[in-house]
Amino acid sequence: MTSPTSITERLNVQTKSETLTGAEIVVRALRDEGVEFVFGYPGGAVLYIYDELDKQEAVQHILVRHEQAAVHAADAYSRVTGKVGVALVTSGPGATNAVTGIATAYMDSVPLVVISGQVPVALIGNDAFQEVDTVGITRPCTKHNFLVKDVKDLASTLKAAFYLAATGRPGPVLVDIPKDVTAHQCAYHYPDKISLRSYKPTVKGHPGQVRKAMQLIASAQRPMFYTGGGVVLGNASEELRKLVRALNVPITHTLMGLGAYPATDPQFVGMLGMHGTYEANMAVQHCDVLVALGARFDDRVTGNLAKFAPHAKIVHVDVDPASISKNVRVDVPIVGDLQQVLTEMNQVLAELDALNDRHAMQAWWGQITEWRQRDCLHYQQDELIIKPQFVVQKLYELTAGEAIVTSDVGQHQMWAAQFYGFDHPRRWVNSGGLGTMGFGLPAAMGAQVAEPDATVVCITGDGSIQMNIQELSTCQQYKLPLKVACLNNHYLGMVRQWQEFFYEDRYAMSYVDALPDFVKLAEAYGHIGLRADKPADVEPVIREALRLKDRMVFMDFRVDAKENVYPMVPAGAALSEMILV
Amino acid sequence: MRHIISILLENEAGALSRVAGLFSARGYNIEAMTVAPTHDASISRMTVATSGSEEIMEQVLKQLNKLVEVIRVHDLTEGPHIERELMLIKVHAVGPDREEVKRLSDIFRGRIIDVTDRSYTIELTGPGDKLDAFIHALDPGMVIEVVRSGASAISRGAKAI
Ligand SMILES: Cc1cc2nc3c(=O)[nH]c(=O)nc-3n(C[C@H](O)[C@H](O)[C@H](O)COP(=O)(O)OP(=O)(O)OC[C@H]3O[C@@H](n4cnc5c(N)ncnc54)[C@H](O)[C@@H]3O)c2cc1C
Ligand SMILES: Cc1ncc(C[n+]2csc(CCOP(=O)(O)OP(=O)(O)O)c2C)c(N)n1
Ligand SMILES: [Mg+2]
Repeated sequence: MTSPTSITERLNVQTKSETLTGAEIVVRALRDEGVEFVFGYPGGAVLYIYDELDKQEAVQHILVRHEQAAVHAADAYSRVTGKVGVALVTSGPGATNAVTGIATAYMDSVPLVVISGQVPVALIGNDAFQEVDTVGITRPCTKHNFLVKDVKDLASTLKAAFYLAATGRPGPVLVDIPKDVTAHQCAYHYPDKISLRSYKPTVKGHPGQVRKAMQLIASAQRPMFYTGGGVVLGNASEELRKLVRALNVPITHTLMGLGAYPATDPQFVGMLGMHGTYEANMAVQHCDVLVALGARFDDRVTGNLAKFAPHAKIVHVDVDPASISKNVRVDVPIVGDLQQVLTEMNQVLAELDALNDRHAMQAWWGQITEWRQRDCLHYQQDELIIKPQFVVQKLYELTAGEAIVTSDVGQHQMWAAQFYGFDHPRRWVNSGGLGTMGFGLPAAMGAQVAEPDATVVCITGDGSIQMNIQELSTCQQYKLPLKVACLNNHYLGMVRQWQEFFYEDRYAMSYVDALPDFVKLAEAYGHIGLRADKPADVEPVIREALRLKDRMVFMDFRVDAKENVYPMVPAGAALSEMILV
Repeated sequence: MRHIISILLENEAGALSRVAGLFSARGYNIEAMTVAPTHDASISRMTVATSGSEEIMEQVLKQLNKLVEVIRVHDLTEGPHIERELMLIKVHAVGPDREEVKRLSDIFRGRIIDVTDRSYTIELTGPGDKLDAFIHALDPGMVIEVVRSGASAISRGAKAI
């Protein structure tokens, strides 16, 4: 054939099939994949790769201070942008340090490609210097992983890694590359597309099931939507909004779903679950049709399974068939990608003859309004001691609800979820599934790298922040102007709360003694530290921090040490059996 | 209930440990597990004998399907199928026992594949319960060593899984 396209194709092939070293291939593949940032930490096994990274500008490398932070930062970068996050670590301790980050991303279905160095092929299995079986260690906490033993497989493996990470149910994929493979050479060709015979995720919902679901929903007297991280991961907020508004149904989110539907919209009844709102939990327990979208019926959400949503027929849409009917029997299962399935649902909706009975819906909303009046998130702010909820509320007001908020794990995380109303998806970044303390600060870095102009606030605790505090140094190196808001209660507060409720006030090891002076610590790293001791300090401190647009500011809020998160569903109780203020 | 699951998977290093790891990580039972390449050298076939409630079996199948290297999963117990297992068994065979063992082996359609002046080694195939029956038919003191392959199974009829 001599058509013009075939000539360009030939030219293309020529330019594409240069001979490159493995290290060059890694960097070129990242570039061809459109990767802008790699978060990492060097070491012997990845030195060829670092050498190549340094020779170009397309892919920028962010040097963290601990490999766990590299993976969390890449993870948050992904959660904020929707792109695949990339981390690069060396063999042995580099890889083991990365494991917590990988497991965190795995539990929350975040697409990552983690590249780890490995000892040379000939030394594998010899207990060589800095050798660990990285593929073995990470097998249960990755979506998939690869050991590349031949440079000829490198480009196609990296392509497969990006493809696997981003499609179907997303997740982290690890590529372990022995040092000698990064030195060997071969012709470079980066495939445009890849297809794996053993991996074919279902994206389109079964039309019959979609119709059945819509008929069930439209016939409900007390319908309830319960949506999760899948809506955010699947970029399906628009379609969700359309459907929920058209149906005029109440909607609740899991911790991972916050922002998918606007928190300020009256149809939103708050988060559900262990620390969900009274109205959300009551509505789930009393609804007759529960529509679960991209949510996985986690035990923090369902409470006692046997008593969960006892009157409801359940529709469940999820891209992962294994999520469906895992914990709760489902009446109408639909496997598919939410953007597609919600589009299909909206189409079917337009064709339905009748929507929900008006009187029934009025009664249902009346009931919900009554539950709302319980005002379950109420707290009293006096003039002496700062309430942690008050800090989050002020942060919300003063950032006009527009900040990207990252969080650690504990009471502060729950208050952030309850009191910062997210109106948009991909603004709330936290570790829900694994509950990893130490996530917040590196996550804020990843978010700030992704959106340099955004206000990024890390709402953290005095315990959690010390689990990756070294990253203040990274913030300084890259001039990341993020804001840390530490709800400093001098306690591992969430642990203390459980001890108060369930261990008769025996506070074993939950008092955090010998706390550093966070203001001085921030200053030692070259940042600005601010402290608020009294309620009247809160607003000025936040205003000052936000005014310092180009500086990293650490805000240390001395909050009520004994405040508890309410409502709380004790472990094993039904969702309606909440401890309320 | 007992289930026999057939799994076609990429014949790649690590694929086996992914399946084995899945069973141990999620606490599923494994009675036996066999694996070998098929007529297509790029594909291995694994047979897993397992047991569990209906809910657990649904998860077992879904989780197996989710493994990236798994091409196809089929619960053979859903339809008519044939199950076979190979056993090699070494038994004491001295004096009058020698004739008795030989006779028993014939009844079970076993084959004596190695002989010493004190022992026989017998090859026996069949469903697992037939192999169990053979062992039970022997005096416990006579058994020197047993090796069993675990079940291999295939559906009845002309179609592949
Ligand atoms: C201290 C603490 C307290 C907590 N308390 C609560 C609480 O009170 N309430 C609460 O809700 N959580 C709480 N959690 C979080 C909880 O542990 C779980 O992480 C969370 O509930 C899971 O959210 P999810 O169901 O939305 O699932 P996710 O983990 O977000 O999973 C997403 C689901 O969507 C599917 N999916 C992904 N992409 C798509 C797509 N494109 N299309 C379709 N489906 C898709 C996935 O297969 C998966 O099933 C708490 C965590 C901590 C650490
Ligand atoms: C790495 C890790 N270790 C332990 C835990 C258990 N844990 C959950 S919350 C919590 C206390 C967190 O304390 P702090 O960061 O001060 O937050 P607070 O609850 O006081 O707001 C602990 C120890 C965890 N989630 N992660
Ligand atoms: Mg604390």
